[in-house]
Amino acid sequence: MSETWIDAGGADRISPDDVAPFEHDGRQYAIYRTADGRYFATDGVCTHEYAELADGYVEGTIIECPMHNGRFDFTTGEAKGAPACVNLETFPVKVEGGRILLKVA
Amino acid sequence: MSAAFVRRDYSLVGPEAEKAAEAGLVSAKWYSPPISRAELKALMRRDDQPAIRDTLIWFAALIASGGLGYVFWGSWAAVPFFLIYGVLYGSASDSRWHECGHRTAFKTKWMNDAVYQIACFMILREPEIWRWSHTRHHTDTIIVGRDPEIIQPRPPDLMAMALSVFALKQGAAAFRKLVIHAGGRLTDEEMTFVPESERGKVYRVARIWVAVFAVVIAACVATRSILPAMFVGLPTFYGGWLTYYFGITQHLGLAEDVTDHRLNSRTIYMNPIFRFIYWNMNYHVEHHLFPLIPYHALPKLHQAIRADCPPPYPSTIAAYREIIPAIARQLSDPTYFVRRELPQNARLAPSGAAAVARA
Repeated sequence: MSETWIDAGGADRISPDDVAPFEHDGRQYAIYRTADGRYFATDGVCTHEYAELADGYVEGTIIECPMHNGRFDFTTGEAKGAPACVNLETFPVKVEGGRILLKVA
Repeated sequence: MSAAFVRRDYSLVGPEAEKAAEAGLVSAKWYSPPISRAELKALMRRDDQPAIRDTLIWFAALIASGGLGYVFWGSWAAVPFFLIYGVLYGSASDSRWHECGHRTAFKTKWMNDAVYQIACFMILREPEIWRWSHTRHHTDTIIVGRDPEIIQPRPPDLMAMALSVFALKQGAAAFRKLVIHAGGRLTDEEMTFVPESERGKVYRVARIWVAVFAVVIAACVATRSILPAMFVGLPTFYGGWLTYYFGITQHLGLAEDVTDHRLNSRTIYMNPIFRFIYWNMNYHVEHHLFPLIPYHALPKLHQAIRADCPPPYPSTIAAYREIIPAIARQLSDPTYFVRRELPQNARLAPSGAAAVARA
C-alpha cells in the first residue's frame, strides 16, 4: 500500500492549543497544534458516535468530543474514558515550509 | 381524544426506534448556530474555581441545614431545616449529576468524577447507566423511540407526573433496577445504550449502593427512628420536588422528532438562588447546542447566540403558563405541541425535512 504526504494547509491556520478539520478523498481528519507548537493528526470523527472532533475542546494533549465529551489523547489516539471506548486512528504529520503535511495511507 | 390517534411507543425497544431510524432522525446532523471558533474556544475554557466555590457552598449549606435539623429533631422547628436540606440533597444534586457527568463543571477530572458519584447517589441515578442514558439524550434529543429521558409521553400521564413531584415513580423504578443490577443484569432497554465493556462498573456500584442503604436501614432499626434516613435516602424523595419543577420546563410540551434544539428546548431566566441550585441549566437551549461549554459560561453563550434563538422565557411562571395549557390540550389532542418561533433571520437546521416538527 502506498503512502502519500498530503498538503493540509498553512501551519498557522491552527491556533496553539487548538484543532482544525481537514478533508481528503472523502475522509475527515482532525489536525492538532499543541501549546508548544507540535502538530498531530487523528481521524476526524469520534469513535463513539458521529461528531466532528474539530468542533471539540483541546486541553493539553486531550481532545474532547463536542457531542458527548468523550476524551482522547490525540498524540496516541487512546480513548480516555466513557463514552469514548475505542481508540482513534492517528496519522503522521509534519510541518515543512510553513505547510502542514499529513501522511495518509 | 382523536379516534385516529395511535398511542406511540416511547420505549427504546419498540417500533418507534425503527421508525426514527427510517426517518433519518438517529444520530442526525443538528442545527448549530453561527459562532466563531475563537469565541467558542474561549467559552469552552475549563476552570476549577467556580465549581469549587459552588461545591463548598453546597456542602456547607447541607451541613448547616442538616445540623440544625438534627438539633431541632422532634419539634416543628426541624421542618424548615429539613426542607432546605432536602432541596439541597434531592434537587441540587440533579444539576451536579448533570454537569459533572459532562465533565465540564471542573477543569480537574477527578473533581468532576468525585462530585458525580456523590450527586448520583443523592439523586438515585446509577452513575454508569445515567452517563450512557444522558449520552443518548444528547444524540437524539426528544426523538421518540431513541431518547430515554423524555419526561412525559403524549398524551401525558398525570398520575405519573403527580408521583414524580416527590420522586416516587422514579424512586420505585430506581430501586427495582438497583436490585437487577446488583444481581449482575441489565434491562433490555439498558442493553441498547450501555456498552458491554462498561457493564461491570454498573454491577459494582449497584452492590455498593445496596450495602449503603442496608446500613441506613439497620441504623434506623437500631435507633428506632427514621432520623438516619432523613439524612441519607429519604431526602431524594422529600427534597426532589424542585428538580422536577425545573425538569418539566426543559422540553415538555415542545416538538418531538425535530433536529433543532431551539424547537424542542426552553431557555428560561431564573433568579440567582434557582440558578445556583440548577447550575444554569435554565440555559437549556444553549446547553444542548454546545454541551462542552461549562455551566458558568452559559450566560455568555446565551448572549452570543441569542439573535439566532427564540426569545427566552422571562421566568419559570411564564414557562408554566405555556406548559400547563399544553399538557391539558395534549390529554385530548396528543398531536398538539407548542411551536417555537425562530427569529426572522435565524438559520435553519441542516436537514430541512427532519427539522419539521411531526404533527
